[in-house]
Amino acid sequence: MIFYLIRRIFQAIVVLIGVTFLTFILAHVIPGGPARAALGSRATPGQLASFNAQNGYDLPIWDQLYRYFEGLILHFNLGYSYKANQTVRSLILSRLPKTLVLLGISTVFAVIIAVPLGILQTVRRYKPIDYALTGLSFIFYAMPAFLLGTLLILYFAIDLKWFPVAAPSASTVTGILADPRGLVLPILTLSAITIASFSRYMRSSMMEAMAEDYIRTARAKGAGSLRVLFRHALRNALIPIITLLGLSLPTIVGGALITETVFNYPGMGLLTTNAALNDDVPLLLGTTLVAAFATVVGSLLADVLYAVVDPRVRYH
Amino acid sequence: MGIGSNPLIFDEAEGAAPDSSAVTPSGGEASSTGGFAIQVLRVFVENKLAVVGAVVILFMVLFCFLGPVFYHTNQTNAQLALLNSVENAAPSRAHVFGTDANGFDMLGRIMYGGKASLEVGFAAAAIATVVGVLWGAVAGFFGGWVDTVMMRIVDVLLSIPLLFLLIVLAVIFPRSLGLLILVIGFTAWLVPARLVRGETLVLRVREFVQAVRVMGGTSRRIVLRHVVPNTLGTIIVNATFQVADAILYLAALGFIGLGVPAPQTDWGSMLSNGVDYAASGYWWEIYPAGVVIVLVVVAFNFVGDALRDAFEVRLQRR
Repeated sequence: MIFYLIRRIFQAIVVLIGVTFLTFILAHVIPGGPARAALGSRATPGQLASFNAQNGYDLPIWDQLYRYFEGLILHFNLGYSYKANQTVRSLILSRLPKTLVLLGISTVFAVIIAVPLGILQTVRRYKPIDYALTGLSFIFYAMPAFLLGTLLILYFAIDLKWFPVAAPSASTVTGILADPRGLVLPILTLSAITIASFSRYMRSSMMEAMAEDYIRTARAKGAGSLRVLFRHALRNALIPIITLLGLSLPTIVGGALITETVFNYPGMGLLTTNAALNDDVPLLLGTTLVAAFATVVGSLLADVLYAVVDPRVRYH
Repeated sequence: MGIGSNPLIFDEAEGAAPDSSAVTPSGGEASSTGGFAIQVLRVFVENKLAVVGAVVILFMVLFCFLGPVFYHTNQTNAQLALLNSVENAAPSRAHVFGTDANGFDMLGRIMYGGKASLEVGFAAAAIATVVGVLWGAVAGFFGGWVDTVMMRIVDVLLSIPLLFLLIVLAVIFPRSLGLLILVIGFTAWLVPARLVRGETLVLRVREFVQAVRVMGGTSRRIVLRHVVPNTLGTIIVNATFQVADAILYLAALGFIGLGVPAPQTDWGSMLSNGVDYAASGYWWEIYPAGVVIVLVVVAFNFVGDALRDAFEVRLQRR
């Protein structure tokens, strides 16, 4: 178990180093260089030169790479946003907890809904409810998050007035949580696609589990169908869902970006969108790096959980 | 974003209506054979959803590219548009889907935007497939540290949510239709690379590959003439889902405001522009674009699922 953990953590670190390196490359391939990106297209060569000297962009590339990594690891320095006049780190720190709240609640909600749906489809396979749910999941899968969010706003917030149009815009997490009605539509939007794919995966996973020999043994021993379903099939069918969760994290984080943009939720996704529209490259790269880090850490946690739950993985 | 893009979801066939696609021969007679394409096609057409999907795709392509020939509208000159129509007009005989905030005819706009969306979808999927297949085949075939390094790069890129990577690239480089095709194509090649690498690892220990080696075949020949054609089934299925994903990604970028630059538009940008007005009751400014996106993506998913079934059945019958 401990060897698996060490190996897995080592892999994650390699990936994180790679992601940081990629961000460094992206920062430097901007046409015109980072100086032009920060100062704008009307900067004079003198201004560009002094910017470069000030920020170390005139050093040899290896020096710059070393300083970049050093700044990141030792000082958590993610750069400086000239457009917003703040360090990237402080901007992200103020928004990250809210995004994590949205992500956390949506993922938990998605799993809570998807697992029973998958079980229902297995138990009632090939009946009308199975086809109906499959059809729905096809549609929700094809529907982009921004379309779903927009439609939800139109129906439930504007026409029916059940929920507010925009998400709570408080600046702290407690402020956000104080208005749960405002969170309903964003959470529904973000979890819809996840529910669609998870429930279909749960369905196949359960069907496979139910076809195994140990189910037949359990039935032969006289176990009732509920016991067979929950105590034997479900436990085994849930295991791949954990892996799926780890693999889906990039998609879910991307979905959070769209959802936050649609609902004006003051999280990291909206920060990224605004940075993109304002051509704020340092901030944009900073949020991308943080999103990648979050994804890697999340998928590491999913793999560790998988090893905890499935003994076969550990003693490979 | 598409079902097929997640390599772990391998049982999507269950989701389609279970018609009896495998006809078992009775009395021991051999089932009729045909060429590779014929066998695949035969299973494909038995799946009614797939046929519907293919028809929808064909219709949309014709609609978007040939439609403007029959239904002339002005889609680029805003002042000209206002001469002939009112902005935000409801659907009527003059404008079947109404007009948008600039006075452009919505039906014509769907065609116009569809051209960009479909072009980007197909082209980006083509790039992603070619790059991904070559990368995966080379990595899987050579193995060893080449494989490790190449796949580690894929892992690194897969850890970054694609949308973030797309946004960064779309912001850094000056935006155009061509750039968007390249950007989406170069972020989407990761999944086919992984898939093809897996298949290559299986194939390279097969006897026919060893036979070609013994006969003096170069690695390049083996990869291009033997490995890649045998993974064609996986490649084609994945390419279908890639098109759907590319259309969705372009729509997402368009919605954020990073889509094709004006005056060209795409379905996502149309949605983004229409959202502001839909709240005032101008529903025709978002529903057509939204419906058409979902329709096309669902159609591609049906076709991809059916192709996957078709290739599996063919493999089973061997």
